[in-house]
Amino acid sequence: MRPALAELVKRAERLYEDVDLTAVHHWKDAVAGRRALGAMPVYVPRELIHAAGMLPVSVFGGGDQIEIIRGDAYFQSYICHIPRSTIELAITRRFDALDGMLFPSTCDVIRNLSGMWTMLFPNLYVRYVDVPQNFDRSVGGEFWLHELRSLLDDFARLVHRDVRDEDVARSIEVYNQNRRAIRDLYRLRSERPWMFPTSETYLFLRAGAVLPPEEHTQLLQQYTDAVMDETERAELDSSRVVIVGTFCEQPPLALLRTLERAGCWIVDDDLLLGLHGFVDDVEISGDPVRNLADAFLELGIPTASRYEPGPDKGAALVASVQRHNAEGVIFCAPSFCDPALLDQPMLIAALERAGIPHTQFKYAENTGQFGAIREQAGTFSDSIRLWSEA
Amino acid sequence: MKPATRRGQAPAAAADVHKEDSMVLQKRLIAEHYDALSRARDEGKKIVYTFVPGNLTELIESFDMLPVLPEINALQSGMRKLSGGYISEAEKAGHSEDVCTYVKCDIGMLKKGNVGPTGKKLPEPDLLLLSYTGCFTFMKWFELLRQEYDCPVAMLHVPYQADGRIHPHQVDYVVQQLRSEVIPKMEEVTGRTYDEERLRKSLERSAAAEEDFVAVLESARNVPSPIDAYFGGVYYIGPIFTAFRGTQAGVDYYRTLRTEVEARVREGLGPITPDGVLERERFRLVIEGPPNWTSFREFWKMFYEENVVVVASSYTKVGGLYDRGFRHDASRPLETLAEYCMGCYTNLGLPSRVELLERYVRDYKADGFLINSVKSCNSFSAGQLLILRQLEERTGIPGAFIETDLVDPRYFSAA
Ligand code: SF4
Ligand code: SF4
Repeated sequence: MRPALAELVKRAERLYEDVDLTAVHHWKDAVAGRRALGAMPVYVPRELIHAAGMLPVSVFGGGDQIEIIRGDAYFQSYICHIPRSTIELAITRRFDALDGMLFPSTCDVIRNLSGMWTMLFPNLYVRYVDVPQNFDRSVGGEFWLHELRSLLDDFARLVHRDVRDEDVARSIEVYNQNRRAIRDLYRLRSERPWMFPTSETYLFLRAGAVLPPEEHTQLLQQYTDAVMDETERAELDSSRVVIVGTFCEQPPLALLRTLERAGCWIVDDDLLLGLHGFVDDVEISGDPVRNLADAFLELGIPTASRYEPGPDKGAALVASVQRHNAEGVIFCAPSFCDPALLDQPMLIAALERAGIPHTQFKYAENTGQFGAIREQAGTFSDSIRLWSEA
Repeated sequence: MKPATRRGQAPAAAADVHKEDSMVLQKRLIAEHYDALSRARDEGKKIVYTFVPGNLTELIESFDMLPVLPEINALQSGMRKLSGGYISEAEKAGHSEDVCTYVKCDIGMLKKGNVGPTGKKLPEPDLLLLSYTGCFTFMKWFELLRQEYDCPVAMLHVPYQADGRIHPHQVDYVVQQLRSEVIPKMEEVTGRTYDEERLRKSLERSAAAEEDFVAVLESARNVPSPIDAYFGGVYYIGPIFTAFRGTQAGVDYYRTLRTEVEARVREGLGPITPDGVLERERFRLVIEGPPNWTSFREFWKMFYEENVVVVASSYTKVGGLYDRGFRHDASRPLETLAEYCMGCYTNLGLPSRVELLERYVRDYKADGFLINSVKSCNSFSAGQLLILRQLEERTGIPGAFIETDLVDPRYFSAA
């Protein structure tokens, strides 16, 4: 690996491992009075936080990097892992850089976690972000517009200044650039997965959780340029797979590496979904808050926490497989994740109708044993290659 | 509170148990409903599948449709010891062992021919009315059912009361969905037009029944309590949480029940249990969380054998917080339905849930509280360990925490 790329990878790794949010502390310390707002996965309108001059920080739990000592006392064994590691991070003061927390409507666990936060941290700004499940502009759209405006009022209070439409429009543009850079990264990975292995691209996307979007966009561009200059990454024949179920609690990085070592190139995924935002750019002209509201209705990425009003449940997954020329799908969901696991039988049905092979396993963010997964993914990879050669 | 008696002293012998009029009436109501469901096709009545929390029973009735409530099927399958088989059936078909067993019990029952509690096949839905109130799983449940039936789906997204208040724009949002999504689909399915007058009449009957229902719940403030507000409570909520709110039969049931309960108060009688009247109330308890249905009787017995009476519970509020003052208001028919949907217990933020339970402990002079944490239900369960701590701190009385499941027999052990 060339030194420039190695340096970038090291930086992304450091950000990934930084459970103390040092980068956020640095950003805040650089200018007096700066504020940062945390947000759980999946979707919050980060543009509005940015427009108020605050840093949106996406919180993805503690992964496999922290030991859970007190967090387990808050959750029964049959609840997924991310809320317990998130509580652990907060009560061990690793979230001291955050001036508030947003809890987007994703599932009942995150919903209830918002109330737990209100009780545990009464001096902190805490808000549940109730996204609409009705996608008609005059119904769900009006509701969401109201929610967005009220979020903006909250943010203005937090920063003691008005947040104007121009600020919002500017932030939308900043995030449009960021989304374009992410889309480019995904396109390049799909075209040349051996040059852009997911275990690496993941780190660069994940850096967007703590970096200001302008800086993140720049980092993504530096990374893609550096990889294109790389000469050592030879084409390697592996199977092309899409992974699904990873939109909230994140798989450990070692799991992504395991899949690659087992012969699977991940060519599309729903990792870190909240950092992608939408399938396309958000309109800039006109009322920017309304544009953001409409974007959620019309450009939102289909996922388990979003109602599918049409009869084509699973169509987006099938389309992704076709678009990325994938040979199979790996359902890779956190244990006890109701949305992901309830979605699975419907998505499987859609894949089977389309004749797309699939396999499935569960993980926790702190899973440490990958032997069984490696074997299963290896067998799957071999079988789909045989299948596509047949 | 009366002095404690010998532990383990059973209530009056089972032979003495006489069926109260309200029990007979409820049995008849349920039987008639299932009968009506079995005749629905012949009589040209349309069937709506919908959920218990935040249900739109009055609106359904105003279109002359009949509701089927999958959760009720699931809990009845649990009580009839059929749920274990249904759940394995669903798991065999690819449903995860980790998810809500109500969903799997329903899917398993469907795969086994959709035979209802009376042994007759339930009619297929003409409309899936997905009211997303208080639980995210509902949304997935009906996405799953939609794959099985060829009928329209009406989605009603009910915003969450995170801060414990209902905001005007949330009411507008629900009303708009009723107008643009739910009512048009009901009109399309039934060929009738929306009849607001008929809806108002129904809402008036709801409010009358709600008044009597609250009197029944609040009778548990008496010492001794004339009712068990959890194990007995699940029977009392039956009609009002399901197909009978807004009907004259529902009004009659709650009037009869209230009369009986008031008579018990006058006579200083305790609750009726499956083994007779509990005569010496020893310990007053508040319970948070749904019951276990597969071992419901066994579970109840553990309490009444120790002369423990549940005086208030949150489960009996999943279909509305009438005791906190909500009444259906016929003068604002759609708005009242919206507020009803939003006000159900599991649609409340955790701080509001803690406040409510704390109030129950005080108002009902409880000696302790119990959290029955069910594996299936993240909506109830996520955060319950913090609820336990908060309640202990705020009330100074001891709390206990147990884990079971709703309808999965693998998760019940008396130990
Ligand atoms: S992992 Fe799944 S169940 Fe857990 S908080 Fe995230 S979406 Fe909810
Ligand atoms: S998760 Fe709870 S509220 Fe939701 S369907 Fe299951 S039992 Fe009912």
